[in-house]
Amino acid sequence: MYSYEQEVVQRDENTVHMNVGPSHPSMHGTLRVKMEVKGERIVKTEQEIGYLHTGFEKLGEYRSYNQFITLTDRLNYFSPLSNNIGFALACEELLGITVPRRCQVIRTILAELSRIADHSLCVGAMTMDLGAFSSILWTFVEREKLYDVFEAVTGTRLTTSYTRVGGLAFDLPADFEKRVLGIMDSMEETLDKLRDSFYKNRIFLDRVEGIGVISKEQVLSFGLTGPMARASGIEYDLRKFRPYMVYNEIKFNVPVYSQGDTLSRYKMRIDEMAESILIVRQALKLLEPGPINYQDQKRTLPDKTSTYRDMESLIHHFKLVMPGDDHGIHPPLTDLYSSTEAPNGELGFHLVSDGSSTPYRVRIRPPSFINYPILSTLLPGCMIADLVAILGSFNIIAGELDR
Amino acid sequence: MILYQPENHLALIAKVEAFAGDKLLGREEKSHYHQFRVRGADAKDLVRFLRDEPSLGFTYFIDLTAVDYQTYPQPQPERFAVVTTLLSPKLGIRAQVKAFVAEGDPRIPSLTDIFAGANWTEREVWDLYGIEFLGHPDLTRILMPDDFDGHPLRKDYPLKGRGERGNFPVFHATTRKPAEEA
Amino acid sequence: MGMSGSTNDFVTTTLATAIGWARANSMWPMPFGTACCGIEMMAAFMAKYDASRFGSEVMKFSPRQADLLIVSGRISLKMMPVLQRIWEQMPAPKWCISMGACASSGGVFDTYTLIQGIDQFLPVDAYMPGCPPRPEAFFDALMMVQEKAKKGQSKALEYITDDAVSDPAQSVACRTPDNNYVHNVDRSTPSAEKASHDKIADDKITRDGVAPGTSK
Repeated sequence: MYSYEQEVVQRDENTVHMNVGPSHPSMHGTLRVKMEVKGERIVKTEQEIGYLHTGFEKLGEYRSYNQFITLTDRLNYFSPLSNNIGFALACEELLGITVPRRCQVIRTILAELSRIADHSLCVGAMTMDLGAFSSILWTFVEREKLYDVFEAVTGTRLTTSYTRVGGLAFDLPADFEKRVLGIMDSMEETLDKLRDSFYKNRIFLDRVEGIGVISKEQVLSFGLTGPMARASGIEYDLRKFRPYMVYNEIKFNVPVYSQGDTLSRYKMRIDEMAESILIVRQALKLLEPGPINYQDQKRTLPDKTSTYRDMESLIHHFKLVMPGDDHGIHPPLTDLYSSTEAPNGELGFHLVSDGSSTPYRVRIRPPSFINYPILSTLLPGCMIADLVAILGSFNIIAGELDR
Repeated sequence: MILYQPENHLALIAKVEAFAGDKLLGREEKSHYHQFRVRGADAKDLVRFLRDEPSLGFTYFIDLTAVDYQTYPQPQPERFAVVTTLLSPKLGIRAQVKAFVAEGDPRIPSLTDIFAGANWTEREVWDLYGIEFLGHPDLTRILMPDDFDGHPLRKDYPLKGRGERGNFPVFHATTRKPAEEA
Repeated sequence: MGMSGSTNDFVTTTLATAIGWARANSMWPMPFGTACCGIEMMAAFMAKYDASRFGSEVMKFSPRQADLLIVSGRISLKMMPVLQRIWEQMPAPKWCISMGACASSGGVFDTYTLIQGIDQFLPVDAYMPGCPPRPEAFFDALMMVQEKAKKGQSKALEYITDDAVSDPAQSVACRTPDNNYVHNVDRSTPSAEKASHDKIADDKITRDGVAPGTSK
């Protein structure tokens, strides 16, 4: 059991014990770092997590596949749509179905929009933690515009629950393309502002350049993915590794830096947002009319309007939604690991099915949980203030860290 | 750029079968990777072989988790399975090692000296499943409080817990004056 | 307050009203944002919605300088002692907003680790429905608390009385008698505090004129 008095006795006489979090402005909600410091230098750190442990994986065993999509919103609440899409793709891979093209294009666009939303909040919050308050106001203005689009598309700002196994909840609104293109233009201006304000800013560079360097070997051994891996020179992006949705039809670059420090991770996110804007513009051109749901009424929910109007759709809806062994989707008895490139890295779902309408086991491989432990190996020798910069560049989201 | 190269699966299967021999309980082809089933005691050797064999090079740690097969309809070799997923940047494929762990003696060698990423994931499995990792430097609870009793992701643990969440001291209102006196 | 009726540059009011007015318009929130609702709370403080219109833009991450606790997000077994300690450190008069379904009732997460409503353990002044609530809902709750502050009401005040202050073990109720925090509470058996919590519920019924144990 943790006892402060005991620790005071045990520690070295020249060091001071310091505790940051779990309620601390730069600790992103619920992270906690216990530090031993000598003056301003960190000697040793220990991370404590679990303050937001919610029991997603246990709850997943009691909820049907479509119900679990609602829970995935609350995993990474910076970019809920990415989680929705990741889980839907995992279920579809388990069932062996491929969704129609329009659905894939819509998912691609929304995945990239949520990547922009996630990264914009990350760079804003990171620079706010370092003392630059205006940047979070700029990025939040863009985020609010994206929220408006998400609200028009899905009905809510944050917890979207937009995908279904084998399709989407409903089709896009009429003015979607125009609105998104408008946001992309203003987003580019914001990115220019961010580049202008920080790339040559001596105050900022002194705080981040050469701080928290992660080597290639560390990336592989710790299993870091996403922007953190690519900032250290590991060219691993699931959108290129095994292209899903329509990423193989779109031309885009995966930005890679080799330094692996906090500055590269910051630049990485800005560059990724710029690439995402290009992807969204290309994907919007691929958008053409067509069905959005996989045409198999035994496994995908029927269209809402037809549910209210014809008898057969109502029966199928009922058969899929009601609890019990006779109802719902019944995947084959197997287990499958499926992953997508979420904004923070590889978001994997390891599904074990026992043939019933609820999963037997849902393992969520969250990027944050795998990316976070390396912090303790980076901090010794750093200043206390570096903790804020390094942690800001990690973009750890407690919801998916603790699940 | 690490790209998916499905043609390398055959080389992987040949190498693993030659190495493991009859220790291999089974092999299953999934949509884009192969899963190798072994007993818990043999898992570490196989993972070490996958990483250190120069022609394979599974140096990228992806995930480590566990499954409790207590109520699974299909018979499984043991109750628990520890599943490790790896990626080979060289071959461009994934491999999964599923190690079965007995219910009566849930112990398995730790992978922490092979992959640094196994440290927290193994602590998580210990916390939620109660599988002990031999040789782990700091096998303590990670998500639940230290004084928590039980392993909540086991199939015999109830979803709503055993009453722990209602057991906090409350801010008393016992000294509140009754309505008629106020 | 008699502001509008003032002639000859005089303002007539009672001291309590003046203090209530001042408190209501300078709420210093202690944001305890743990999950999704924390993002919407951030949105409420950011450019588009701007909580400074209500005099509440000074986010104080130190509980000792705050008088409004905003609990936004899920609270787990491990977090509850931290939350109680923060609440305890805030100086009175203090108010508490429970933001979102998870903080108010557990929301969609009825699992082994999640507290099913912080109001079991903390006095809550305003509840916000929604998963997560929109920033507009946040302002609605903030205005409700402002109304309470103007009248000098607070749920916390009902829980701390003179009798309690004379008995230290009672006044700081989230401490156990040996002055340890709730980390040390034995959770394997129903605790004495839980039993007394049930007793309070019974007392309420008695006050309403119905004997405990009988159906109403």
